[in-house]
Amino acid sequence: MTTLSQSGGRRLIDLVPHIVLIVGVLIFAFPIYVTLIGSTWDSATIGRGNLPLTPGGEALVNYGQAWSESHGARASYTPVRVMLLNSLVMALTIALGKIAISIISAYAVAFFRFPFRMAFFWMIFITLMLPVEVRIIPTYKVVADLGLIDSYAGLTIPLIASATATLLFRQFFLTIPDELVEAAKIDGAGALRFFVDVVLPLSKTNIAALFVILFIYGWNQYLWPLLITNSADMETIVIGITKMIGTGEAANDWNLIMATTVLAMLPPIAVVVLMQRWFVKGLVDSEK
Amino acid sequence: MQRRVIFDNKLLPYLLLAPQVAVTLVFFIWPAAQAIWQSVHIQDAFGLRSEFVWFENFQVVLSDPNYVGTVKTTAIFSVAVTALSLGVALLLAVLADSKIKGARAYKTLLIWPYALAPAVAAVLWMFIFNPEIGSLGRLLNRLGYDWDYRLNGDQALTMVVLAASWKQVSYNFIFFLAGLQAIPRSVMEAASIDGAGPARRFWSITFPLLSPTTFFLLVVDMVYAFFETFGTIHALTQGGPGKATETLIFRVYQDGVVNNDLGGSSAQSVILMVIVIALTAVQFRFVERKVHYA
Amino acid sequence: MATVDIRNVRKSYGQVEAIKGIDVAVRDGEFLVLLGPSGCGKSTLLRMVAGLESITGGEIAIGGRVVNELDPKDRDIAMVFQNYALYPHMTVFDNMAYGLKIRGIPKPEIQTRVAKAAEILELGRFLDRRPSQLSGGQRQRVAMGRAIVREPSAFLFDEPLSNLDAKLRTQMRVEIKRLQDRLGITSLYVTHDQVEAMTLADRILVMNHGVAEQIGTPLEVYQRPESLFVAGFIGSPPMNVLDARFDADGRAVAMPGGAVLPLDRPRPADAGRAVKLGIRPEHLALDAAPGASSILVELVEALGADTVVYGRLPDGESLVIRMAGLPSCREGDRLAVAPQPGALHFFDATTGRRLGEAA
Ligand SMILES: Nc1ncnc2c1ncn2[C@@H]1O[C@H](COP(=O)(O)OP(=O)(O)OP(=O)(O)O)[C@@H](O)[C@H]1O
Ligand SMILES: [Mg+2]
Repeated sequence: MTTLSQSGGRRLIDLVPHIVLIVGVLIFAFPIYVTLIGSTWDSATIGRGNLPLTPGGEALVNYGQAWSESHGARASYTPVRVMLLNSLVMALTIALGKIAISIISAYAVAFFRFPFRMAFFWMIFITLMLPVEVRIIPTYKVVADLGLIDSYAGLTIPLIASATATLLFRQFFLTIPDELVEAAKIDGAGALRFFVDVVLPLSKTNIAALFVILFIYGWNQYLWPLLITNSADMETIVIGITKMIGTGEAANDWNLIMATTVLAMLPPIAVVVLMQRWFVKGLVDSEK
Repeated sequence: MQRRVIFDNKLLPYLLLAPQVAVTLVFFIWPAAQAIWQSVHIQDAFGLRSEFVWFENFQVVLSDPNYVGTVKTTAIFSVAVTALSLGVALLLAVLADSKIKGARAYKTLLIWPYALAPAVAAVLWMFIFNPEIGSLGRLLNRLGYDWDYRLNGDQALTMVVLAASWKQVSYNFIFFLAGLQAIPRSVMEAASIDGAGPARRFWSITFPLLSPTTFFLLVVDMVYAFFETFGTIHALTQGGPGKATETLIFRVYQDGVVNNDLGGSSAQSVILMVIVIALTAVQFRFVERKVHYA
Repeated sequence: MATVDIRNVRKSYGQVEAIKGIDVAVRDGEFLVLLGPSGCGKSTLLRMVAGLESITGGEIAIGGRVVNELDPKDRDIAMVFQNYALYPHMTVFDNMAYGLKIRGIPKPEIQTRVAKAAEILELGRFLDRRPSQLSGGQRQRVAMGRAIVREPSAFLFDEPLSNLDAKLRTQMRVEIKRLQDRLGITSLYVTHDQVEAMTLADRILVMNHGVAEQIGTPLEVYQRPESLFVAGFIGSPPMNVLDARFDADGRAVAMPGGAVLPLDRPRPADAGRAVKLGIRPEHLALDAAPGASSILVELVEALGADTVVYGRLPDGESLVIRMAGLPSCREGDRLAVAPQPGALHFFDATTGRRLGEAA
């Protein structure tokens, strides 16, 4: 009898971590679930505030309308198709651009010796210290003076310098053995050839990991696109959602807003989940 | 640290550095310099002439009771976000790291919120806590609690704290998990052989060994709360009601973009830079290791 | 095929002089081993030949052409590294072919050359593998293959075997020897292992502190070490070195501890001179001949084929003896030992250079 109750108590204690973790998972999943469900009902149902917990029948209509039409029942919006494209261009340009210019500058700092080498390195390093938000107004002015408002260039190029990626690549390059470089020199490879034939292939994992992190960084930009984009054709999807919501009154095209939100979350979540292993390793490595 | 073997091209390294350096100069050094320049000047009404005024802009900013209020809000907000997201993440990470069934699945299910934009996180919370359309928002009201974060400043602050923390938990979780996995199994085994129970093991071994990670996350979360949560606040409360959820960065935006007060907003930018530099200096212990011993 | 001429070559790192003027002419097809203790500058010298290190002074010529200012790729040399330095992301085939591809050699020829090298090195089965899927010895062979396919004027090896275990090292040593005999390519080979040096070398260059102590065939270096350093470095256990003095008429030498060894050939010119006397452990025998010294046995090591006896002379200096066969004495024994005739080496007491032979 004693043994039985003891093992029963034990089993209960063993359940505690599961219960806590499940509650945690639910807290994170619940808002998403609500949004998914909401995107399958009509706006009146949502607006009344008693959204059922099971899917409705309006999914096709809502997503179709959000995807391609420029107005809902109550207001006009930028179609999701346009905003998704803008977000995609922004995220991809920032991610690939950061990777490209960081990997070559890290290569320069790690594999060459030249006057002012460390000065350049520190100059890049300082950018790590100040997030774009801090210097947002003067940076905005520079972009405006260059006539880059409402352009992809204005949206992306100012965010493309990356100290983190440069540091990560440099760190990795320093682990490439000297002998490998020497072997390549004797084989007849010059600096560029070595970069293309050896360094790039060896950096594949790092590039993949950084890509995930930087893609999400780019996709989730908020303040910068808010300032730089004025015209509806340039709107990114994250900005688009909050513009659709406005002040959050009940009388809103909630069905379209929720469908748009789902579509806005999908690409970054897909990238994180599909590339989870690389991304976790890369995230932790790049901050080490 | 320098490798022994190098290439001896003269021009190539400069070409390789050029894009990064150009972007840094044009979009970083130059604007930062301008912010500093503007912070010590006042422009006339037409923007034609500007006058050097020493620290007048700073004086104006810092003696504005509103600004002091914003500093207080920012402090409360960022401490709350940091503490909440660190605490929850640590709890979940310790549980998910223990040898329980389905640990992998839990990990995946807790990691993905990293992908959400702060503004999107805010929107999701609004869907739930909006007093008119949100199920929990309505529930609170029906239970007799007068819930409307759009009118009540404390509720608004609570709301942005929760939404901002909710998003940051996954980031902290990832790092705590990595930190936990770096703790050698043998240390834990030795402790349990010594008779230490789970709670004891946590406080006497896990927590101290995690302290570098915790410290690192502390700084990262502070920076997050200061800057990246702009989206959360902008999407959820627009800094209101009143100025209840106005943080420093939101005010820079408000003064610089909406009110077009360049000198004041630049002075605020400079103050923010000083704060970030201070935070980074604190973190420098880690960064230094990264730079010199990498 | 080519000669490698190293003429008064120097290397400084800032104030530090790592190579202090070395001269050696490596003959066409010769196998020269650079031997010396860690930090003596072997790698530095080799890397200067390769073009991986700039030359501070002097001249290096490969095949008669001065290469001081040439890039490694233009020197027509191939190098094998201690850690192999294989490209981790390339297959064995691509590792070997990479240098040929860069040089624009046509595909079919690359195929034949790699196939030939793979056959010589028995790597045929591994051509599609990555280095990480190979054992240490196989990686070592790929590194050799990468050098062979290039058909260079000279091979440069920097301690290619020191990452292998003892057994594999012996095996690879034999393979390298066989390969060099077969290909006949001029080779410079860095090692600090004297067995490798003795077995592989046509000639050995013994280095110490950036100076060539001696250049000679393995037997010359063993039989006539030019300096105390060489004497101590080559041979195992190392040569016994004792403080000794020629007697007044140069007919005998006084050992520490009192024994007086008569000389085969008198050295009147050195009469009364204090010298360093070198005797190899294997040249001492248990013998009560005139001039024998008495030692107290402290330690006996039975190695099977040999026995090594560590003893002390009456004045406390230690003396090591190596004898064939199983031990015939024990710790605590007193033995009389004497060197074999003609097995004495004399070195200047201050400079450590070998004294000239008796007239
Ligand atoms: N880049 C450098 N800067 C300064 N000194 C150096 C440099 N490279 C080598 N040295 C010095 O030059 C000397 C010779 O070095 P080298 O690598 O040639 O020795 P080695 O004989 O190959 O030793 P080992 O057997 O350990 O490989 C050493 O004292 C070393 O400290
Ligand atoms: Mg060496």
